[in-house]
Amino acid sequence: MAHSEQEILEGLGEIIEEIVGTDPSEVTPEKSFVDDLDIDSLSMVEIAVAAQDKFGVEIPDEQLKDLKTVQDVVNFIQK
Amino acid sequence: MSKTDVVVTGLGATTPLGGDVATTWSALLDGRSGISMLPEEWHESLPVHFAGQIAQEPSEKLPRPRLRRLDRTQQFALIAAQEAWADAGSPEVDPLRLGVVVSSGIGGILTILEQYDNFREKGWRRVSPFTVPMLMPNSPAAAVALEFTARAGAHAPVSACASSAEAIANAVDMIRAGRADIVIAGGTEAAIHPLNIASFASMRALSTRNDDPQTASRPWDKDRDGFVMGEGAGILVLESAEHAARRGARVYAHASGVGYSDDAFDIVQPDPEGTGQARAITLALDDAGLAPRDVVHVNAHATSTPAGDVGETRAIRAALGDAAADRVAVTSTKSMTGHLLGGAGAVESIATVKALHDGVIPPTVNIQELDPEVAVDIVRDKPRDMPAGDVAAINESFGFGGHNIALVFRRA
Repeated sequence: MAHSEQEILEGLGEIIEEIVGTDPSEVTPEKSFVDDLDIDSLSMVEIAVAAQDKFGVEIPDEQLKDLKTVQDVVNFIQK
Repeated sequence: MSKTDVVVTGLGATTPLGGDVATTWSALLDGRSGISMLPEEWHESLPVHFAGQIAQEPSEKLPRPRLRRLDRTQQFALIAAQEAWADAGSPEVDPLRLGVVVSSGIGGILTILEQYDNFREKGWRRVSPFTVPMLMPNSPAAAVALEFTARAGAHAPVSACASSAEAIANAVDMIRAGRADIVIAGGTEAAIHPLNIASFASMRALSTRNDDPQTASRPWDKDRDGFVMGEGAGILVLESAEHAARRGARVYAHASGVGYSDDAFDIVQPDPEGTGQARAITLALDDAGLAPRDVVHVNAHATSTPAGDVGETRAIRAALGDAAADRVAVTSTKSMTGHLLGGAGAVESIATVKALHDGVIPPTVNIQELDPEVAVDIVRDKPRDMPAGDVAAINESFGFGGHNIALVFRRA
């Protein structure tokens, strides 16, 4: 099932708010998880698992480390 | 060589009686019970339907994203530590001179059980990546160290229900050893779960007075039938008297002496002679440089079990001698809070310090008929004024494993 970029952005915003408390309006495509959103590696694991549940796309560990920005995750899920 | 004078400058607690020290203390003086019914769906599978559940949920004090990566023991410890730190006047201190000693008797067992459920139902990827730093018994100490940037060392002595008293004892030692000027010390427990209730119930340690839960915790009553499990945390800010004086801090009491012993008698039963308990009291008084006649009050461990309560009163008599033991006013605040396990010693030390500071001793409630074997004077039903002047009070805590801790506090 395909998801629009907007759907994915909104979904990620909800997940990130739930896990680290960041306001969803901060979750924009160009943001880096580590540098801009201050998300650590363990939280990133939680976000990946939550994204998998929400969008039905598994993010393998070896891919996860290459997903630096919100846009990277959007692209991965849409692919 | 004279010992460094250590004082108490801050108090914080979250208990079945209230979300802070003020509410908890006024409930203790009112003789109010903090015991409430457990969720209905637990009742069928358990012989015990009540516990001392926290009065104010951590979600009222900490934001949700923080809660999800903290075990409930850590949540309680942080809430109590924030209160204690603010109460101490948020002291400015070199991080290298600030220590932490915060215990839990059991550790992050709710995290273990919840994540095991996740694992069984959904597989390893659904196990939280924060499971390990949440279940570690040192996790409350580490969380407090992180919160207040305490770099002089963070410790978590574990001795079952004596854990948080031992934490306070270790904190006094830490300041005396010159390793820190201020130590945030205490303990926390959050273990109310069907498995843990079943575990204590299967050893016949818990009261099963389901028809009258609020009178179930009845230390020294002739018909006591076990303790009531509680949850919560207590934290004290301990400080060298010199450091406290330099910054003009308010001093609640001196933390004057600590005594440690172990029964080495049985893994769970206390030595019925109370020899080890008495030795802890004697050692603590020696350590404080005080005599039995200086002691006017004991906040006892007394949990409402048939085996423990009476033996403890014999130990108090043996340690203090008849003359002093006849004059000491003994109470068990567990009659109102239930037994906070690894949080008990700290919450009861706070009650002991408040009693000295405010000059009033909280009562023991629920004694309908005093066990005739009780060997000391119990403060029953109503609070009692404490003598004025330079007096001392003792808090006792004992744990499975034969651990005995006595702490001597002296009026400031």
